[in-house]
Amino acid sequence: MNDHDSAYDGLVDGDGHGQWAFGTSFDDPLAGVDTTVPDDVDLGALAHYCLMLGDDALVSSQRLAEWSTRAPELEEEVALANVGLDLIGQARLLLARAAAADSTVVPFISDTSPVPAEDALAFFRDQFGFRNVRLVELANGDFAHTVVRLLVFSTWRLALFDRLRTSRDPVLAAVANKGVKELTYHRDYAARWVVTLGAGTAESKRRTADALLEIFPFVDELFVPTQDELVLAEVGVGVDPRTVRPEFDAVLAQVLHAAEMEEPPSRFSGFVGGRGGRAGLHTGALGLLLAEMQSVAREHPEGVW
Amino acid sequence: MVTVTAATVSSAQEIVASVMDPEMPLLTLADLGVIRSVDVEANLVCVTITPTYSGCPAMATMRDDIEHKLTDAGYGSVQIKTQLSPPWSSDWISEEGLAKLRTAGYSVPGAAPRRTSGPIALTLTAKPRDILCPQCGSANTRLSSEFGATLCKALYRCLDCLEPFDHVKEI
Repeated sequence: MNDHDSAYDGLVDGDGHGQWAFGTSFDDPLAGVDTTVPDDVDLGALAHYCLMLGDDALVSSQRLAEWSTRAPELEEEVALANVGLDLIGQARLLLARAAAADSTVVPFISDTSPVPAEDALAFFRDQFGFRNVRLVELANGDFAHTVVRLLVFSTWRLALFDRLRTSRDPVLAAVANKGVKELTYHRDYAARWVVTLGAGTAESKRRTADALLEIFPFVDELFVPTQDELVLAEVGVGVDPRTVRPEFDAVLAQVLHAAEMEEPPSRFSGFVGGRGGRAGLHTGALGLLLAEMQSVAREHPEGVW
Repeated sequence: MVTVTAATVSSAQEIVASVMDPEMPLLTLADLGVIRSVDVEANLVCVTITPTYSGCPAMATMRDDIEHKLTDAGYGSVQIKTQLSPPWSSDWISEEGLAKLRTAGYSVPGAAPRRTSGPIALTLTAKPRDILCPQCGSANTRLSSEFGATLCKALYRCLDCLEPFDHVKEI
């Protein structure tokens, strides 16, 4: 006997007041979490930092979800969706944390808006407000592109989160502690596929080499610190991304060696006027991704059920 | 209106402990090891839980179920807190929970990996676990996918009896 025989029960036996019809925020992901910030921490910088880490996860998750119904095998479809779901969980906590640290980062929708802060951040910012690195927004390409990108992303993020576990912000430390366990699985999954494809057939090797060539120009951006990261690293809240480069390079070299692949020549895609994804300057791919992700929510901003 | 006595506290604890996990409804929340504390003060019950995975979609349902079970039993107001740290570990699943999982045909998690110093090691090719088929007991099993029907499960296949089965992951 359980209480979940009908999917519709949950919709009608709620607490009586309507919830916003979209997004995931049926409950506050930070409900009951101690969100006290140490006195010497710049709240604006903390909010921006949470947006960076949250947007990296949110945009990655949306790209992974695009594989649903079209992955090469059912098991891989389930795996990619699972990785995406872990990242959505991280994004929810981080976006809610950003809003709690500095409410001015949350876009204003209307005085009567029922949209929770984390959803307002996800669905009502335009692309210039997103602070993700450009790596995560690139179109999926084929399966080799997706696993190469996931390898790069999860290797980098795992190294960052491993250091964030000792952040003086209790929420960042908790998110990182949890995230490390999840990202370890993601990195192993992606690494095994890169080895399988790289050391596989001539065709899978060719596709993996193409993926490396196209994705590597977006790697250097991962290690360029923003002012906010430097300020927070100074007070023991954030991590200077430059410090994780040696670990990242070592893991990538280990995987590429096992995959019998050469690391492609470093060709940084560069910034435009000194600005990249962290400053809101993105590739054209992000606008298309956001159009798909946000259009229904924006059509009915006051929708409740 | 419930007045606080030792009995009401233990009764609130029992009610919370007996709420079922929505995704593996053979386990209670106590079996799963997600309940950190249950405190009763005047007419307020304060329950602290730890999510299994950051994105676990069952968390909202767990909160609702705890609240409804307590209010149905006469407790006036319920507050549910989330404790993110320390993160949940599969080591927290109770012995009784492990027994229920085995009976239901799941492969149960081994000890969660212990963190050593230095960078987290990459697991490229080694078979990560020695797992017996929960149906026939054969050790001749193969990982189909590290990611299964829910965040907490991996999918395996037995090469002898050919049955697929779920393995609850070590985290």
